[in-house]
Amino acid sequence: MLDKIGIAKRIAQEIEDGMYINLGIGIPTLVANYIPAHLNIVLQSENGLLGIGPFPTEQEVDADLINAGKQTVSMLPGSSLFSSAESFAMIRGGHVDLTILGAMEVSENGDIANWKIPGKMVKGMGGAMDLVASAENIIVAMQHTSRSGDSKLLEKCTLPITGLRCVKKIVTNLAVLDVVPTGGFKLLERAPGVSVDQIKQATAGKLLIEGDIPEMKIA
Amino acid sequence: MINKVVGSAKEAVQDIPSDVTLMLGGFGLCGIPENAIAAILEKGIKGLTCISNNAGVDGFGIGMLLETRQVKKMISSYVGENAEFERQLLSGELEVDLLPQGTLSERIRAGGAGIPAFYTPAGVGTEVAEGKETREFNGKMYLLEHGLRADFALVKAWKGDHAGNLIYKGTARNFNPMMAAAGKITIAEVEELVPAGELDPNQIHTPGIYVQRIFQGNNYEKRIEQRTISN
Repeated sequence: MLDKIGIAKRIAQEIEDGMYINLGIGIPTLVANYIPAHLNIVLQSENGLLGIGPFPTEQEVDADLINAGKQTVSMLPGSSLFSSAESFAMIRGGHVDLTILGAMEVSENGDIANWKIPGKMVKGMGGAMDLVASAENIIVAMQHTSRSGDSKLLEKCTLPITGLRCVKKIVTNLAVLDVVPTGGFKLLERAPGVSVDQIKQATAGKLLIEGDIPEMKIA
Repeated sequence: MINKVVGSAKEAVQDIPSDVTLMLGGFGLCGIPENAIAAILEKGIKGLTCISNNAGVDGFGIGMLLETRQVKKMISSYVGENAEFERQLLSGELEVDLLPQGTLSERIRAGGAGIPAFYTPAGVGTEVAEGKETREFNGKMYLLEHGLRADFALVKAWKGDHAGNLIYKGTARNFNPMMAAAGKITIAEVEELVPAGELDPNQIHTPGIYVQRIFQGNNYEKRIEQRTISN
């Protein structure tokens, strides 16, 4: 079974040279720490920065330079700054190659729910609906089941939807799965020490299993 | 050169009445019009509809105007980090419209640019789409969203000149340029106000035509929500 860092490390393997990438808050932000150094990639922050650098040193901290999670960040050679309208023009215009975000639920046809729990606090969707409506390539990072043990991979989402038919790949603490266009979660890899049966039990939606399922390789 | 300079935040907001729509720049607490918010707090006008990506935090930014019940309605994309906001929302004292962030920023851009409405894919199939016109283009569904304007826009820039030209710094730009254009009266506050001619015209982000009043701000707190440091 993977911890959050393991999920981040496995997702980092999906990243290709030359990609512009938007990372959501939480596990997706951790992915930045495990991107192989030989890849040239650019991280986009939807509040108006391309080329997010490492967290600043105490001396470099600048209140006017934050990421979408409101954390202080730095810039890199080649960074650029722009307005929120420009930022979402990039996103809706399909210029961002990969979006990695968290989810509360994903359905077997790729619907995602991650912005609201009715009756509890509603914080808002931020940029998530724009990102999932436009990105060609969306990877979800999440736990396979909720804290109460319920599957988060469902036939249909029960929570308010963020976007329809948009998720392409899911990396959880138990498995890597593709969402296939005809509907269903195709099991690609098992987390270290996790059996196919465990994944079956934790997946409420349609799980597609073909042949032997390899174990993930995580450095 | 048309001189846009006013002497203070107090003077800049003196004719803003109750029950108007305000746009307030900023993302989180980054790039918010701190001086204008303080002046509105002091002025005590009420029944405000505030268009702003966020609603400040408890005790700072728009959070201060929520505590004094000056805000009737918020139009935002993300409103976490504010317990008083949550209390007023759950008790029904505060109206809230939540919009996708790109839809919010484009509605403001469209409003200021004379575009009455546009189609966006964000929110199709979600609660955001309820009651909105949809249309298919090239096999994909889109929602019709309307441009937004405001009676007054309160924006914050790094540098500005007497003609109202503005330059922003870092990610403090965010919603400020679109709001400057979408405000019927736009009030800009800057950290450094200089005479016309001192800013390089090649570097101007917001041309002065969008700004009706500009003043030299002071005592900027620039609070940081998540101070993250690498060693």
